Amino acid sequence: MATWRPDPTFYPSPRLAIKAPPERLAYVVRLNAHPNGQPEALCVVDVDPSSSTYSKIVGVSDVPYTGGELHHHGWNACSSMLCPNAPHPHIERRYLVVPDIRSSHITIFDVKENPTKPKVVKVIDPEEVFERAFYSRPHTVHCGPDGIYISALGTPDGEGPGGIFILDHETFEVLGRWEIDRGDQYLHYDFWWHLGYDTMITSEWGTPRMIEHGVLGEELLAGKYGHRIHLWDLHRRRRTAVLDVGAEHQMLLELRPAHDPTKAYGFVNSVVSLKDLSSAIWVWYRQNGEWKIRKIIEIPAEPAEEEQLPDILKPFKAVPPLVTDIDLSVDDRFLYVSCWGTGELRQYDVSNPFEPKLTGVLQIGGIVRRAGHPAVSGPLNGGPQMVEVSRDGRRVYFTNSLYRAWDEQFYPDGIRSWMVKVDVDPEGGMRFDPNFFVDFGEYRAHQIRLEGGDASSDSYCFP
Amino acid sequence: MSSNLWAWLSLVALGVFHGLNPAMGWLFAVALGLQEQRLTAVLAALPPIALGHAAAIALVAVVTALLGALLPGAILLTFAGFLLLAFTGWRIWKRFRHPRTRFRATRRELAIWSFLMASAHGAGLMVAPLLAVLLRSTNEVVATTNHVEHLQPFAQSVWLAFAAVLVHTASMFVTMAVVAVIVFRELGVELLRRAWVNVDLLWVAVLGLTGALTLALGLRGLLS
Repeated sequence: MATWRPDPTFYPSPRLAIKAPPERLAYVVRLNAHPNGQPEALCVVDVDPSSSTYSKIVGVSDVPYTGGELHHHGWNACSSMLCPNAPHPHIERRYLVVPDIRSSHITIFDVKENPTKPKVVKVIDPEEVFERAFYSRPHTVHCGPDGIYISALGTPDGEGPGGIFILDHETFEVLGRWEIDRGDQYLHYDFWWHLGYDTMITSEWGTPRMIEHGVLGEELLAGKYGHRIHLWDLHRRRRTAVLDVGAEHQMLLELRPAHDPTKAYGFVNSVVSLKDLSSAIWVWYRQNGEWKIRKIIEIPAEPAEEEQLPDILKPFKAVPPLVTDIDLSVDDRFLYVSCWGTGELRQYDVSNPFEPKLTGVLQIGGIVRRAGHPAVSGPLNGGPQMVEVSRDGRRVYFTNSLYRAWDEQFYPDGIRSWMVKVDVDPEGGMRFDPNFFVDFGEYRAHQIRLEGGDASSDSYCFP
Repeated sequence: MSSNLWAWLSLVALGVFHGLNPAMGWLFAVALGLQEQRLTAVLAALPPIALGHAAAIALVAVVTALLGALLPGAILLTFAGFLLLAFTGWRIWKRFRHPRTRFRATRRELAIWSFLMASAHGAGLMVAPLLAVLLRSTNEVVATTNHVEHLQPFAQSVWLAFAAVLVHTASMFVTMAVVAVIVFRELGVELLRRAWVNVDLLWVAVLGLTGALTLALGLRGLLS
């Protein structure tokens, strides 16, 4: 239903979004790691420190099917609705679009009517995605100025190419495949854009066949996983440039472009180097009309005893940092880096994107480290993974599971899932909130979305 | 002419209404100015937007003028009223999608976008009844003073249509320019959060009202 004024959670610019009120609820997808017939669910976590149920799961809504794996999710509408070239300011941000990376269902939850009890209003069957877009394994969701963009890892038969398809932001119909000319792009993972430059960026992981049964060691050592990012004309839907970091750096994943639409740079992580198991952060940028990419951070592997390591790592006698998620604060100042292998969350000041400064490190979990948390006794497993930053940049939340099949390879004892919160010093530095620890038990928590929007949900057309 | 003053003033008022609508152009100009961080980028975007808008109005205006030269005023008004009401109904019942273009639009893309935006919103249709009124009274004046039913009717009507487009567009352009510069220099885009009311709803109401009035005027003419 159309409103009279723009949705109050839409902000024309990142500068204004920073002043948004603190979130009171977080929406976290939870997957079921055990084949017991229980469906996956969208959980609501109370993140309001003044509430009596602070740090508790206050709502759970199941998806109406079983056998899937929830992963990422996103809003039907966000601040990009205010863009002048395709304005839709009077749509509400009220639906969470939750794709299933395994079964290819897409579930639409209404969180407005009762924010702590999300209600399923529509389920898009896998067949609709297959037929209309010829894609499968829908993954990341971004609310675009003209529709909901969803990435997909591959085709219905589990091969490539992966790509992007569009959902109508009011009827939630699959409108079809986004790409018109993809060149030789085949692998797919994340995507986002520079609205101010009409540029889409996409990254590379692997096809469904290459990931669904765990990381394939032979293909990894042969450098078959993704190592390129693609730049596209967002309006004409054509690829315009490719940036290759070299096959040594396997799996280029999360794309975090600057929120300021006048800035043409962003950050992407490579998960593992075949040379020394390190992870790296890269910055892509535009110079004299040409796109370039440069490594700005390298995080080394940590030596370890063979008996401390899961089978897959034993030959290497080291724990790779496995940087699997990064997130950029809305003011483009701090970059948060999840080291899922070593169990560290790092904070870098990237005010100058080419000269990052390490401003904070927190340790929790880790393949060998198994670091604890002030709120609970004993060691923890899993490691910092999906990380989300509040709009004002003062709070960071993260969970500890990666992807079911990969969890088993790197944490074969079975991840016990949790979500934690970090308080951020505005000038840099972090500490755990000792009162916030959500135990998901045997279920696994993955991506977090914050009420009203967060650092990875909204894009802006005004600086 | 003075008896038509209200019609000319209405053309100006509709120009202000169209110019104030953020979705019609000024916001685009502000965004381009902010992106390039200079006022000249705001100013450079305005003429193509106004040109596209003028083209959309002119299209309807010329058709109205040609019909006006052939048909009696009352029939033209009745027809325009029906068309407006039908368009209003379509806007209410059918889901409406805005035309879109790239953010860093060229002048040509801006003009085309503005043309589509104005056409899709029925900006031209809104102006048509006023033109029909002006045509009718002009024809009457011509008829009474010269005792000739159609003195160069086409040229006269088209000339009037262009005058109407010019008046309307000038008013729209000035409004848009003033708002764009004030928002860019002084107010900032924060005001969008409060001030960007659902102009589409207002717009449909104005379309419906204009349609009803036009139809009534036309029917009265036919019956009298």
